[in-house]
Amino acid sequence: MRLSGRAVVIRQDDVDTDVLYPGEYLNVTDVEKMTAYLFEGLDPSLRDELGGDTALVVGSNFGAGSSREHVPQAMSASGIRFLVGKSFARIFYRNCINLGLPAVVAPEAVAAAAPGSALELDLDAGTVGVDGRPFSIKPIPDFLREMFAAGGLVPWMQAQLDATTPVG
Amino acid sequence: MPHTLAEKILLAHSDADEVTPGDIVMVRCDVVMTNDISGPMAFRAMEKMGAKRVFDPEKVVLVPDHFVPAKDTRSAELQKLLRKWAEEQGVTYYEQGRGGIEHTLLVEEGWVVPGSVIAGGDSHTCTYGALGAFGTGLGSTDIAACLASGTFWQAVPATIRVEFTGEKQRFVTGKDLILAVIGEIGVAGGTNMALEFVGDGAEALSIDERLAVANMAVEAGSETGFFPADETVAQYLDGRTTRPWTAERSDPDAGFAQTVRIDLDFLSPLVAMPHSPGNVVPLDQAIGQRIDQVYIGNCSNGTLTDLRQAAEMLRGRRVSPRTRAIVVPATQRVYREALAEGLLDLFVEAGAMVSAPTCGACFGGGNGVLAPGENAITTTNRNFKGRMGSSEARVHLANAWVAAAAAVAGEIVDPAELGAAA
Repeated sequence: MRLSGRAVVIRQDDVDTDVLYPGEYLNVTDVEKMTAYLFEGLDPSLRDELGGDTALVVGSNFGAGSSREHVPQAMSASGIRFLVGKSFARIFYRNCINLGLPAVVAPEAVAAAAPGSALELDLDAGTVGVDGRPFSIKPIPDFLREMFAAGGLVPWMQAQLDATTPVG
Repeated sequence: MPHTLAEKILLAHSDADEVTPGDIVMVRCDVVMTNDISGPMAFRAMEKMGAKRVFDPEKVVLVPDHFVPAKDTRSAELQKLLRKWAEEQGVTYYEQGRGGIEHTLLVEEGWVVPGSVIAGGDSHTCTYGALGAFGTGLGSTDIAACLASGTFWQAVPATIRVEFTGEKQRFVTGKDLILAVIGEIGVAGGTNMALEFVGDGAEALSIDERLAVANMAVEAGSETGFFPADETVAQYLDGRTTRPWTAERSDPDAGFAQTVRIDLDFLSPLVAMPHSPGNVVPLDQAIGQRIDQVYIGNCSNGTLTDLRQAAEMLRGRRVSPRTRAIVVPATQRVYREALAEGLLDLFVEAGAMVSAPTCGACFGGGNGVLAPGENAITTTNRNFKGRMGSSEARVHLANAWVAAAAAVAGEIVDPAELGAAA
């Protein structure tokens, strides 16, 4: 699986879910409408930098806090194709994987990336290229690679449920 | 092979014959809980998975608690959907006025027993560790999979052994114990880990105080945090639940990733300063901070124990003219008990506002959000920038004694200086 994108960079560590998508807007259910509140508490102007081919480059413990799936849902809907970080908070990371939004740990790539850098993620090779320079990503367990390949937990679970449904 | 408590619980809830930290297993849930925010999104994902019915209606519980009572039409629609879906699926549903904040509620209603696995569509599902359960917070798509199949994927966590020794000092509560841990290991210190709370200082804690400790395990980035079940838990569950359980603990020779020791003999009340639960200082470094709003409530510290502590400070006193105080009992049961004890009247007499149980202002949902430039002290669990309303407001996290003392003084003070009212 290969993906490419232009870097949008958030350097701070411990960026929490509440600044990424404030609680006030958690009653929004339409994914397209969620995009209007992404990064609202952090830097709303970041929204203008997102396009159909964004790679979001982030610091340590990105996505700390809440289980709100609005954050990665709004990210996907805003054209973020994958995330490269120093590290991710647990539930945010799970949510990304479950939605089929790759989030990979590659601290050296984060250090090398600048806003607008061309990023190339190659999940099979285990690398992320930054303006042509390849960096290793933290190995991804087979199970999660399978999940990415399936497109996330929804299609993965769909296949599981089909397989376990008794016929007739 | 020796195992930690986390490993034992996951072995008992998966098909794995052996587990080591990092292994990914499919974990079977004993209870799946979701609310008015995570629920509707999960139902949609479950439908996309092709599942029409929940895996087991007896194991699913829905609690509207975040935007309740409905703050606007959109929130009301979510709550209507939750109710309708519960009826269709035949699952347990706690209507507003008969429930409360989900985590406190599930514990008091007997859904939680030691050694069980509870998947919740809310990050503070780790609260159930107070009773020795593996409670873990999940997003809506995870919850959809739990509703459909009763399982979620989980990397087996390593364990940080948190040892509380010695005796808690006056005006120190469970809140301070967990703030001490987060201050020590940091907001990402528990990533990929479970926290296991042990030692004589842990064993001496009441259930309410254990709720406060386990609740904030996620604030250290942990997968979950728990107390091995003991006699205190057994007494609490006696007559409260019919679910079978056994008390398990980590093997003495189990491998821990790290041990953190907190000596309670030397622990003072703590305050998490804006804008991180990890920004922890001793109370004396926060003294004098002017306070616009005091908020006592939420899933970590909205228990009867917390309300009693607040009442000790407010009895016969008045909330400072320059401050407003909002008291939010966590559940209807806590509300009624506080009513019966005269605590609610005491709060109202003191000039505080008593609210119905709700997550409310804790996450900025309503019911007491902050204006730009305002300072608050709360017994809640997160003080992220903008968490309680304006991103230019500042939130300080503390225990109920410290919060209530600030209500009286209009600024952060040492409750020992103020002294319990006669």
